[in-house]
Amino acid sequence: MKKVFSRPKSLKNTAFHYCGGCGHSIAHRLIAESIDELDIQDRIIGVPPAGCAVIAYNYFDIDMLESPHGRGCAVATGIKRVLPDRVVFSYQGDGDLAAIGTAETFHAANRGENITVIFINNAVYGMTGGQMAPTTLLGQVSTTTQPGRSALLDGHPVHFSEILGQLPGTMYIERCAVNTPANVMKAKKAVKKAFQYQMDNVGFSLIEILSQCPTNWKMSPVEACRWVNEVMMKEYPLGIIKDSKR
Amino acid sequence: MQGNRVIGEAAIRAGCRFYAGYPITPQNELTEYMADNMRRVKDGTFIQAESEIAAINMVLGAAAAGARAMTSSSSPGISLKQEGISSLAADELPAVIVNIMRGGPGLGNILPSQGDYFQATRGGGHGDYRTVVLAPASVQELADLTMDAFDLADRYRNPVLILADGMMGQMSEPVEFSEPAPREYPECYVLNGMGKGKSKFIRGLILDAIRMEEHNWKLYRKYQVITQKEVRFETFWTDDAEILIVAYGTAARIAKGAIKRSREMGIPVGLIRPITLWPFPTEVIRSFAERVENFLVFEMNTGQMVEDVQLALGGIGKVQFYGRPGGVIPTPAELAKVIAYHVRKK
Repeated sequence: MKKVFSRPKSLKNTAFHYCGGCGHSIAHRLIAESIDELDIQDRIIGVPPAGCAVIAYNYFDIDMLESPHGRGCAVATGIKRVLPDRVVFSYQGDGDLAAIGTAETFHAANRGENITVIFINNAVYGMTGGQMAPTTLLGQVSTTTQPGRSALLDGHPVHFSEILGQLPGTMYIERCAVNTPANVMKAKKAVKKAFQYQMDNVGFSLIEILSQCPTNWKMSPVEACRWVNEVMMKEYPLGIIKDSKR
Repeated sequence: MQGNRVIGEAAIRAGCRFYAGYPITPQNELTEYMADNMRRVKDGTFIQAESEIAAINMVLGAAAAGARAMTSSSSPGISLKQEGISSLAADELPAVIVNIMRGGPGLGNILPSQGDYFQATRGGGHGDYRTVVLAPASVQELADLTMDAFDLADRYRNPVLILADGMMGQMSEPVEFSEPAPREYPECYVLNGMGKGKSKFIRGLILDAIRMEEHNWKLYRKYQVITQKEVRFETFWTDDAEILIVAYGTAARIAKGAIKRSREMGIPVGLIRPITLWPFPTEVIRSFAERVENFLVFEMNTGQMVEDVQLALGGIGKVQFYGRPGGVIPTPAELAKVIAYHVRKK
């Protein structure tokens, strides 16, 4: 018999605490598979965020340094500048990256730090219970936008990947999703490519992953996956936003 | 050599290889010195960060990755760094943070002040922690204490603050740099990729209450050791003193001038100068109270260290306070008058 699927070496043998249907666990696996395939488990350092993935170090079997909320790109900058031959990535949610960490993310990108950012966009603050995120869609209900997000009162959904794409310092930015098997395969390719770019000293890369959050969206996992396709992707279309090597 | 530049040179000589900072007066020469001189050393990194928050978090990453790392700022910027300082303390990572204090609160002004004593000596950020606080009173001491700061940070895996003010940062004096001791920092604390070993993680989040409590007590025990071993102070003309001034940094320099004048007028006055503000020389001050009744605490603020002196004395003796906040630098002659007033009064 041929073994076709197993737990990646770079993931510990620990059950995820994530809710049923959550996209984080898929994103974790894609990162771990990429690490295994590139054979960099011994020299990669990850920076988990404050947010649902705050205890990612319980799952990844790699060196990790917790970052204060939003500061992932600054912390990763510090590590990478001291250890330029290691592979360094931050793993950040939409609130972490595009609200409280706006400045750190923007300027790390602008400096062209040779790091990789995995940006999980689920349009909501997950760990704190479903408040409005910078990426929350107009009309989307959250615990702090009960009538739905209003452009007038709450501002517009932030397209952070596109903003970073404007900066000469960024080398590779792609938006993916993990709501269908096909999208998962594409996301995996993007994550691996981003790490490969870093290993080739190309420069700053960011992979945005549209990630379902059935719990805070108050949907079933199946409905949540459908919502990513039918609603979220209209606001945040998938695809390569920037690839300096193309 | 100018004080701000001396800190930079001493840091580089001590093996600092990572500096991130953000412009703020009156410490800009330090940031500029690091920009110019980090490039001359192998593996040296200088980053002009987008904010003080980013700078301290870069230092967090660099410290975890095993570098001797430093950032510097002045009062309002140090407030912004508190998030990172709290994280460094929680994670037990070594780093050196320089505060060239200016007038406050708020944006205040850019003149020398000692208004950040409470913030520096009580942790400064959120949570139950302390930082070692070194208070230099000369340019030579800026050099020596900067070097010591890196050793202390490594030894206790804890952030160390250098608390000086705009006067210290801006003034120039002759300086000799001592030979730094070789760095002793165990490789096991460095996060540099798991290699062939087991994966490591560094974190401050401890969700379980009992484990969090254990961590708090562990830090507490470390702070107790620091309190026992690392208290530093200077005494000046204390042998026959009937009144003792307690002052640190720039205020202590002014006090020395005032003491010389007072002595010429026949007033037996001396000085206790805390060099470590935390740990505070509590025992030393208490032991002086066995034979001296009058203490005059002099600070360039409205009264902060005076509380620690009162705590040290525990109700014995008389504690007077003289303060000049807001960037005012009193002359030794002014302080001598204050001393004379208190002597006449008793």
